[in-house]
Amino acid sequence: MSLHEILFYFLSLMALGCALGVILSRNPVKSVLFLIATFFAISGHYVLMNAQFLAIVNIIVYAGAIMVLFLFVIMLMNLNADAEPQKSRLVQFAAVLSGGALFLVIIAALKTAGIHTEGNKIDGSGEIGLIHNLGQVLFREYVLPFEVSSVLFLSAMIGAMVIGKKEEAKSEA
Amino acid sequence: MLLLSIDWIFIIEKVVLILVIILSSFGVAAYATWGERKVAAIMQDRIGPARAGIFGLLQPLADGGKLFFKEEIVPDRSTRTLFIMGPALFMVTALMTSAVIPWGPDFSMTIGGTERSISLQVADINIGILYVFGVVSLGVYGIMLGGWSSNNKFSLLSAIRAASQSISYELAMGLSLIAVLMVTQTLSLREIVGQQHGFWSDGYFTWNFFKQPLAFLIFLVCSFAELNRAPFDMPECESELNMGYHQEYSSMKLGLYLFAEYINMFISSAVLSTVFFGGYNFPWMDQVQAAVPGGLFSVICVTVLMIKVVGFILFFMFIRWTLPRFRYDQLLNLGWKGLIPLALINLVVTGAVILFFFNK
Repeated sequence: MSLHEILFYFLSLMALGCALGVILSRNPVKSVLFLIATFFAISGHYVLMNAQFLAIVNIIVYAGAIMVLFLFVIMLMNLNADAEPQKSRLVQFAAVLSGGALFLVIIAALKTAGIHTEGNKIDGSGEIGLIHNLGQVLFREYVLPFEVSSVLFLSAMIGAMVIGKKEEAKSEA
Repeated sequence: MLLLSIDWIFIIEKVVLILVIILSSFGVAAYATWGERKVAAIMQDRIGPARAGIFGLLQPLADGGKLFFKEEIVPDRSTRTLFIMGPALFMVTALMTSAVIPWGPDFSMTIGGTERSISLQVADINIGILYVFGVVSLGVYGIMLGGWSSNNKFSLLSAIRAASQSISYELAMGLSLIAVLMVTQTLSLREIVGQQHGFWSDGYFTWNFFKQPLAFLIFLVCSFAELNRAPFDMPECESELNMGYHQEYSSMKLGLYLFAEYINMFISSAVLSTVFFGGYNFPWMDQVQAAVPGGLFSVICVTVLMIKVVGFILFFMFIRWTLPRFRYDQLLNLGWKGLIPLALINLVVTGAVILFFFNK
């Protein structure tokens, strides 16, 4: 077994274990911490694929910013283990159904994915994840989708601000 | 020596380097606490610590010993595991940043018959400066976990202040740095330092400070906020929040929080000197390199970097004992309405100048 394989299995185990921890732990704050650890494992996978930029952006954006906001909300609402509402049977039944359906879809997707084994070698050198190549691809070939997605983020941001403002105006009136 | 197809000498070399860097971070941080008290004393016309050793030089050891032997209290209604994890996380993130800083130029050494080039940088990753940002953005978890798990309103308030403050200032910090990266065209700290070789070339300064003074100013202000230091030490504002997010902590857990802040100060001074003040470069370094043997040259370079770092640490201290504390809304206004637009303007101007004058 090469070092690469050992690292791969270690990271996979860590990712799966922490992902299970997210849904199994009773304390929501601990769930968030497990989720952060999962992001670290996934970043480790990115590094193994020589995509250092994606790895660090994954950490900065998800672990560093989004999860901090999650933690914010959970801390301010002070959710505790005993405050968790009891879910009805119907919801559990629906969850099992939709989970099973998702499982099928993933199996189907994985089956077809096996053909494209050269997924990370678009430019033939395996260095597509390095920032230089990523920038070239992003700002030359995919510049329109890139800009469109930024408009999406802008509209989401403005939407959030509008919703926030409305409530303030109501309480004043 | 090949086992599991791993280059073991390489690993030993890196482990030694990591140990040296971490131990010297501890040393510098310990004497930064002494320096802070001496600077405060001099600025307020007092004597400062003078009892332990000459000039109170043993004071950090005495403080550490005191913290170790204090009684350790975990509050009854706290979340125990997270309460213990908080200071540990804060310390780990403080120490992690040092991995990408190039402390000196490479030098060659003969180990086991083969000559190896030893790099004074733990990891040269091609996104070095982003790694620093990643770790800095994680630093806030230690504060948030500690503040929340203490089950104390003041701690929670202070943790939330710290988190929102550091998220706000990370934005301006990142934007100011993008302008620098447009000039350097690389994210690797090693290459950024390499480009600032010497002091003067092609009729202009090589150091990034002279190319991007505004970006430096924004970056400096943001690092004050990220370090939770005066005038932005809102999370530890004792007149409003008793003591801050570490109010419930005692013994060495409190010690870790306080100590990690000094390590953060050391590392951010190192980042500031590396990105803006040429890292280990100094004027006439080529002549010096020609005159002295390779090993000695490396030592000189490391010393030069340390002098710059100590300079920044002293600057952080002077500011702390000069300026009063901001109000919290003033702090957020400065971040969002002052520094972010300024950084954006700097970005656009830099882009335009590069496009019109340096477009080859």
